[in-house]
Amino acid sequence: MINESLKLNTKIFDTDVERVPIRNGFGEGVVRAGEDNSNVVVLCADLTESTRADAFEKKFPDRFFELGVAEQNMATIAAGLGVSGKIPFIASYATFSPGRNWEQIRTTVSYNDSNVKIAGHHAGISVGPDGATHQAVEDIATMRVMANMKVFVPCDAIEAKKATIAAAKIWGPVYLRYAREGTPVITTEETNFTPGKAEIFWESKKPQVAIIACGTLVHSALLAAKELEAEKIGVIVVNNHTIKPLDEKKILEVVKKTGAVVTAEEHQVIGGLGGAIAELLVKKNPVPQEFVGLQGVFGESGSPDELIEKYGMGVKDIIHAVHAVIQRKK
Amino acid sequence: MEPLHEKKLAHLEEVANRVREGVIDSLFVAGSGHSAGPLGMADIVTALYFHILNHDPKHPDWSDRDRLVLSNGHICPVQYVAMAYAGYFPIAELKTLRKLNSRLQGHPHRGALPGIETTSGPLGSGLSQAIGMALASRLDNKKNRIYCLLSDGEHEEGNLWEAAMFAGKNKLSNLTAIIDRNNIQIDGNTENVMPLESLRDKYESFRWHVLEVDGHNIEQFVDAVHEAIAIYEKPTVIIAHTIPGKGVDFMERDYHWHGKPPNKEEARLALSELRTLGKRIRSEHE
Repeated sequence: MINESLKLNTKIFDTDVERVPIRNGFGEGVVRAGEDNSNVVVLCADLTESTRADAFEKKFPDRFFELGVAEQNMATIAAGLGVSGKIPFIASYATFSPGRNWEQIRTTVSYNDSNVKIAGHHAGISVGPDGATHQAVEDIATMRVMANMKVFVPCDAIEAKKATIAAAKIWGPVYLRYAREGTPVITTEETNFTPGKAEIFWESKKPQVAIIACGTLVHSALLAAKELEAEKIGVIVVNNHTIKPLDEKKILEVVKKTGAVVTAEEHQVIGGLGGAIAELLVKKNPVPQEFVGLQGVFGESGSPDELIEKYGMGVKDIIHAVHAVIQRKK
Repeated sequence: MEPLHEKKLAHLEEVANRVREGVIDSLFVAGSGHSAGPLGMADIVTALYFHILNHDPKHPDWSDRDRLVLSNGHICPVQYVAMAYAGYFPIAELKTLRKLNSRLQGHPHRGALPGIETTSGPLGSGLSQAIGMALASRLDNKKNRIYCLLSDGEHEEGNLWEAAMFAGKNKLSNLTAIIDRNNIQIDGNTENVMPLESLRDKYESFRWHVLEVDGHNIEQFVDAVHEAIAIYEKPTVIIAHTIPGKGVDFMERDYHWHGKPPNKEEARLALSELRTLGKRIRSEHE
């Protein structure tokens, strides 16, 4: 059953559910953050329209910096701004930032504890026809491993806006992960978003499995839950938008109820959301876990839907993983 | 910045020599670290901390202070010694360099020691952080200046040229970069490892104002900084020609001393040379 207290979009299960690119939430959120605080500045590396940083550039031209195609310079200039009282957001595709500039982020943002917000766009395989070079599928792992770094993966454009506004208010380095394609809108303006707090979006009466998802796969997890209900298999669906710090209390609570977990993310199954959950459970409550995600290979060109299907991150793959993990519960 | 009188110049030369002694002392106690670069930059770092910078060692987080970014973090012993002498922390603490629980990390860390503006060590990233500070000052209409010390070898890093391009485009006249042009790096002489010349032409084509000085002539260096302050439409880079290991005969110009500390006997020899040099400096100014 959908958790009605969260006031989610009533059209979640409709085929004509509204689809909005998650990156739009960045564009709107960072403008709001800029209105709220004049210390917010935005840096972009030749992808201003695509990352939706253009709205900020238009509104605050003096606080917008065009770097050209230079992601290492973008991260390090932001580090200097961040230790000088500014709240810089750096925007590019996640394969380039935090991909190419990983060491700069490690030393000058993370270790320096500079107040920089890294906006990684075009994350996941659903980037589509651009191909594997542009599909960031390692970024959750490479960011969450850093000390001082917080990691948010919003599930739709509305949550992305809230996460962006929240990031500006949190002291210290934050990584925000945004997807490119139109993504079903799951939440509403009234839905609670608290950094570090996972939310139960769906809970069946006798749940056998917890599906813990983030980003674009939260919607797929809800569709899976609905289909599983018809099979009389109860599940809990958790929107785990904050990978770090992980909401350990909520995760352990749902796992105690279900005794089995499926994690779902548009990311390698190594080191991402699934890895974070496994690290927690192996210490506190080891239970069978299945990992829906990219299985240690690179993507390729194709439409988002084709890629999600071919690489095993679709609704049927989540359902399959739920069946598999139930088998392992014995 | 005050004018540089003869008496002040003599004082700075003396302090620079004491800074060199402090570098040898702390490197010997540490048992690891870099010798040549810190000795070569002693004059410039002394001029910065004791004459040029508008700073307050008792209030290292004063928001209007000038910033000194050390991009080539491996020469931090010279910065630590100068900072201790300037009053940032007790001189006795220099003996903790590179030891467990010390604020004096092997490469400087902003979170460890007040007065360190940024963490550095991995090369090529300091200039862009200095640019970030310069942009913040410009946005806030602050009059402070940003100085960035760079090594010559780190000009092999791409990040540095990205930064140079950006500073030129944005006419960051509140930024002054200072290059320690000592011609050595770990694997040998820079022009053999990877030719860097002409640094002047490179920076000029990136829209910088370029000055060259003898990095051991404090008066020349201070003059160059005055000129940099007077240039409004461009950032300035001062290429400071230095002698690696300056002041210690057996270390001078030998790239083998880039990345190692002196042993007990070498430290004794080095200190005795520097003390003789110190006496000469004092007698010259009497």
